[in-house]
Amino acid sequence: MLSPVSKRQKRWKPLLWLIPFLVFFSVFQLAPMGWVLINSFIYDGDISFENYSEVFDSSFMLQGFSNSLWLSLWSAVIGLVIATVLVSSLRRVDSKIREAVIAFTNMTSNFTGVPIAFAFIIILGINGAVTLLLKKYGLIDDFNLYGQWGLLVIYIYFQIPLAVLLLYPAFDGLNDDWQSAAALLGAKTWQYWLNVALPVLSPALLGTFIILVANAIGAYATAYALTSGNYNIITIRIASLVSGDLFLEPNLAAAISVLVMAILAFITCINQWLVARSYHAKR
Amino acid sequence: MQNANQSFHKTVVYSIVGLMMIPIIATFVYSIASSWGATILPDGFTLKWYVTLLSDERFLQAFGRSLFICFSTLALSVLLIMPVIFVVYYYFPKLDKFMNVLILLPFAVPPVVSSVGLLQLYADSDIQLVGTPWILMGTYFTIALPFMYRAISNSFASINLHDLMDAAHLLGASTPQAFLLVILPNLKKGLLASLFLSFSFLLGEFVFANMLVGTRYETLQIYLYNMRQTSGHFTSALVMTYFFFIFLLTWLATRFSRGAQS
Repeated sequence: MLSPVSKRQKRWKPLLWLIPFLVFFSVFQLAPMGWVLINSFIYDGDISFENYSEVFDSSFMLQGFSNSLWLSLWSAVIGLVIATVLVSSLRRVDSKIREAVIAFTNMTSNFTGVPIAFAFIIILGINGAVTLLLKKYGLIDDFNLYGQWGLLVIYIYFQIPLAVLLLYPAFDGLNDDWQSAAALLGAKTWQYWLNVALPVLSPALLGTFIILVANAIGAYATAYALTSGNYNIITIRIASLVSGDLFLEPNLAAAISVLVMAILAFITCINQWLVARSYHAKR
Repeated sequence: MQNANQSFHKTVVYSIVGLMMIPIIATFVYSIASSWGATILPDGFTLKWYVTLLSDERFLQAFGRSLFICFSTLALSVLLIMPVIFVVYYYFPKLDKFMNVLILLPFAVPPVVSSVGLLQLYADSDIQLVGTPWILMGTYFTIALPFMYRAISNSFASINLHDLMDAAHLLGASTPQAFLLVILPNLKKGLLASLFLSFSFLLGEFVFANMLVGTRYETLQIYLYNMRQTSGHFTSALVMTYFFFIFLLTWLATRFSRGAQS
């Protein structure tokens, strides 16, 4: 017979298996996060908000924030719209095409970072094939890939596959009979979309939107590879404060990092609030 | 009406996918073009860029390093994550909620932010971490975690864990034996699918590699970045070679995940 003590020991013994996992997770995830949180409030060895006020006083830092937000919001909105159109049409074509397209998006979802920047330099750079083509037909005068519009195009490009993969399962919730029912009751296609499909899909759309925004705010490699760190977005600011050649200010970088996480948390809260008010919650 | 609709949807799908393919096709054409200056179409075709690339010692080394890091990371991740999911599902199902919050952290904290803390904490540590492949394995474990945890726990949810364990116990197996010989084979396909997908996104990781290690241990992505000043044809061949591997890994992942579903 087991004594109560050893019985209890036996019950808790499996928890020992969690230890190696927790050690690695603490060392590589929790500890760096904790360092950032704490040191963002330390300035010259004292506890203060100096790092934060330095961020808010610097128009250069604020420009980084506004550039990052501009890029991530627009790329998320446009990427989401294109992905929604693609997925809704995808469900109406035969399964062979559908599977091929899903496999293709799976593959392109890993086509990010440095390689994608290079691919876009080839097609949309100064002597890029598409740039020349569009110039020849007079559609554009000039295109600067290395500025905000070029980055926006690339960001949209890498948002689409991610949005498709996240949205595709959600469209299963859409019953085909509803469209017929709506049509029988005299609804036009756009009325069906506006009043039936989109409300049903809204939690999935909002959730996807959040992930796209977070994905774009955190993105670093593409802009870094494209402009060698010259375009002012917030992740490039953070990186240059800890690994640049001059003026290393890790505590300032920590304060910016905390603000980035706060923005992400804020957007997530709004999203949760909207989802709670949406169609599914009312049932 | 139905047919008209069909062709409308087909047009939508083809045009969006077509647009998405332009960068890939253009890179491919560029990689086999002998020269392609300020013209819309290239002048001629050649395979010399691939020959140059594949005979470049530095490329092969960088590629080898990337493969080494990815394989080790995935081995480490499986060793760390598998027992945790088993323990959570078999003994403490209530912990699943807590774990689901925990695995969101790597999503919520961008790699650049983590790097800030990692650099300060481990730059001068007694055990040399920054600048070595070991720190990359640790950080790659955290970015693979949310994805692998979800995929593996989905596989766990789809098998009758308790029935299988009870049957194995009745037949005289110890718990570790039952786990290794009964449960693991049942999870194999789901696990392999998640491993191939993780492999393909780890192969593309740039931020940690650039900030924590850089040229001290040149991985594929760092090599790619350092080659940006060389011929565009050469970098295109490099991007296409990389893309081919992504294609291969995704294909394998789809094959295994389809097998897992049926």
